[in-house]
Amino acid sequence: MNARLRWRKFVSNFMLTMTGVCALVSVAVLFFILGYLVYHGGASINWDFFTKLPAPVGESGGGMANAILGSAKLLLLATLFGVPIGFFGAIYLAEFSGSKVAFVVRYAADLLNGVPSIVIGIFAYSVAVQPFKHFSTFAGGFALGVMMIPITLRSTEQFLLGVPRTLREGAMALGASKWKTIATVVVPAAYRGILTAVLLAFARVAGETAPLLFTALGNRFWSNGWNEPTASLPVMIYNYALSPFEDWHRQAWAAGLVLLGLILVINIVARAILARGISVPRA
Amino acid sequence: MATTSTTVPSAGPFAGSRSFLARLREGDEIARLITLLFAASVVLITLLIVYELWQGSVLPRHKFGFAFLRTSVWDPNFDNFGALPFIFGTVVTSAVALFIAVPLGIGAAIFLAELAPARLSDALEFFIDLLAAVPSVIYGLLGIFIVVPIMRDVIQPALKNTLGFIPLFKGPAFGIGFLTAGIVLAIMVIPYIISVSREILLSVPRDQREAALALGSTRWESTWKVVVPFARTGIMGSIFLALARALGETMAVTMVIGNTPAIAASLFSPGDSIASVIANQFTEATGDLYTQSLIELGLVLFLLTFILNGLARLLILVTSQRGSAHA
Amino acid sequence: MKRIAGILLIAFGLAAVFVARAALSINGAGASFPEPIYSKWFDEYHKKDPNIQINYQAIGSGGGIKQITEGTVDFGASDGPMNDDQLKSFQDKHGFPVLHFPTVLGAAVPTYNIPGVTAELNFSPEALAGIFLGKVTKWNDPVLTGPNPGVNLPGNDIVVVHRSDGSGTTYIWTDYLSKVSDEWKNKVNKNTSVNWPTGLGGNKNEGVAGLVKQTPYAIGYVELIFAIQNKMPYGKVKNSSGEFIKADLSSVTAAAAGAAKDMPADFRVSITNAPGKTAYPISSFTWLLIPSKFSDASKRDAIKGFVKWMLADGQNETEALAYSKLPKEVVSMELKALDKVQ
Repeated sequence: MNARLRWRKFVSNFMLTMTGVCALVSVAVLFFILGYLVYHGGASINWDFFTKLPAPVGESGGGMANAILGSAKLLLLATLFGVPIGFFGAIYLAEFSGSKVAFVVRYAADLLNGVPSIVIGIFAYSVAVQPFKHFSTFAGGFALGVMMIPITLRSTEQFLLGVPRTLREGAMALGASKWKTIATVVVPAAYRGILTAVLLAFARVAGETAPLLFTALGNRFWSNGWNEPTASLPVMIYNYALSPFEDWHRQAWAAGLVLLGLILVINIVARAILARGISVPRA
Repeated sequence: MATTSTTVPSAGPFAGSRSFLARLREGDEIARLITLLFAASVVLITLLIVYELWQGSVLPRHKFGFAFLRTSVWDPNFDNFGALPFIFGTVVTSAVALFIAVPLGIGAAIFLAELAPARLSDALEFFIDLLAAVPSVIYGLLGIFIVVPIMRDVIQPALKNTLGFIPLFKGPAFGIGFLTAGIVLAIMVIPYIISVSREILLSVPRDQREAALALGSTRWESTWKVVVPFARTGIMGSIFLALARALGETMAVTMVIGNTPAIAASLFSPGDSIASVIANQFTEATGDLYTQSLIELGLVLFLLTFILNGLARLLILVTSQRGSAHA
Repeated sequence: MKRIAGILLIAFGLAAVFVARAALSINGAGASFPEPIYSKWFDEYHKKDPNIQINYQAIGSGGGIKQITEGTVDFGASDGPMNDDQLKSFQDKHGFPVLHFPTVLGAAVPTYNIPGVTAELNFSPEALAGIFLGKVTKWNDPVLTGPNPGVNLPGNDIVVVHRSDGSGTTYIWTDYLSKVSDEWKNKVNKNTSVNWPTGLGGNKNEGVAGLVKQTPYAIGYVELIFAIQNKMPYGKVKNSSGEFIKADLSSVTAAAAGAAKDMPADFRVSITNAPGKTAYPISSFTWLLIPSKFSDASKRDAIKGFVKWMLADGQNETEALAYSKLPKEVVSMELKALDKVQ
């Protein structure tokens, strides 16, 4: 083996090891983040955190019960608004549309997906706060729902398209109309993928902060109904982290752990569902 | 029922014309209209966003015109607004982020696509996808309490001592600033570069690699000199996607960038980005010109991400078509 | 599986509705300067009357002014009184004026973080203006060492910290600097948000305090209680009589003494750089911004009820948080002015 070849082999091994290092570093970051959150936030997660309202500024104690409920309400609204639009829109794209219309709708969805969340916040303020003259859970849910639309739409469309033609033809052969085929055959066949899409969209908006700053604002008490401003976990983390109070920092870590835990669990569950296979084997 | 050639593959066995009445009777026409309504609402919402951004920024557009993009003054007291410091901040932090994330990301993608056994590759990809799911505010939290002190006490002084003669690393080290924001952004965009690049690399046809190996190249040479160039356009696409993501990041950046509209040569300097200044000042901008200037900033950001996303998808599309064409 | 999900969803929906007590919810937003005392007040008032929930969000005085003008909150709060343009803006939008109601007196103090220096520093007006203009750049500048003979000030660069959001505390600080420095007045002037010549930006009083606390050699301006609660050193400032005064209950009250006698009917008055040997020069009132007409009678009554309570029992809580009480004359003027809120 001559010197040049030895060198080339050395370079090869070295560079390939470096790529391994890159991969390791990238993955290590995740564990690092998790580790830090567990370490700092774990100790602060106590019963108070989940059940008490925030204490006045500067006093220690209190919890984030209203923020947890607030986030839950916001996400519920977001899902109720965003998922049907994404879902039924995808059905249109996959089952009914011509290619030109499909192109326009897909393009709009991709465009919507790329809109920075702060711009969605501006939009939601102009459309859902200003005209109604107050900040509200509705407006926050609307903003988050708009963000859920493109993810739900594109993923659902892909899973619907993935359902084999033979299934549809079978239904047709039995005399089913188109909408019946969709409702009773196609959608159930794709349900795993659709559920995954919804869960991933949900996890994505669960952590969004920027749109909520201008829509749900915040609340130191329980938010009544759906028309009041509401506290939410991400906004509380933001406010508490920027403060100088040690106690608030502690609570911010705890909230971060809860939020991240929720998001990671949803992601893992979603991928597990998908990994069990699309429910219908391809023909 | 005429089932001739199905020109629209997705329409399936129901393609071809049935009479309108037949469709109506079977309820299909209603279904079509209802789902059309939902699909149309997607387009409507998108158009509405653009409209609100355009209408909502009418005052500064008329008053400043294109000078808005060149002016570096942001003075609410004297009603003079310019976007330049924020465009600068956005660009600089994103550039720092890419500078760090691209080599790391592509390196990791090469490892996952070329070297790692399939199971390891999938497992690692799983974790990297989880990293992409971490919300921005949590990166901000970690940024403030972990990255900033390390920057201030360890990294920035070290950089000053070794590379302090370069204007990039001059000036006092606060811990917050362009460099810190760029580093936090880098961590946030790495997963996107890795995921997309890995897919692109995996789609490169086997014969390309095998041909290179057959000619006597080492593994690295076949990867770096054959496979990666083949996938180059797609990888560019992934970088553009990551860039578009970095441009729009709000929370993590606003918590560590220093919130000062400054244009400076030093990476240690505090600054501000478009998304960050909107988040800070929007609910408090008194006066229409002030508020609408912030909305115009939002419009600028929207256009930037729009162009980048478009380019990104184009590039990725071109590469995957090339790949399948050669297969 | 689907049934379980359905039941959970319904249960959750019901819970969300029932947790919503039949409380009257009032929303206010604005200054972070008085946030500690306001959050205490609203907490106490809620305990006193559990049917009324006053949700106050400290988004900065600029935010208070903007949101009350937009009508998205029921009341606003600001330490910088609304100027004539802003008042006109409100009037044009709503057809009736907005009223200012002072609540407490507070002080903006220069807080700093100099490793190795724990003494109370004396700041002259020239020093403060120079620092914030970016002209005085090192801690051992003569304008700083002069008034502080016993202190070993280092030669490090001064890190200036200011507000990044629209702030009444900024208004108070820049109002003071505009009065003591012509250069400041011409270059930067006073407002809730200005074009700072130098420095890092922090969000709200909390953000500035946090930044100063974490950044060596930094100086920032915060409301007094934030420096106290965070155990941060803050300096004395030279007043118009030449005395170096530390901000506390008596010096802030002294600053308001003159204003108490000559209070204008709309309560908009500046007491920075006030005359008086013992007056702290960077003091200020802070105001609630309350519309003069309410369409919802129960909200109006709740707010008026709160203001009455605030002017009586509420004033007894202020000193524990280092805010000075309102002068008696001002309190009686305000009680009369409350009748203007319809």
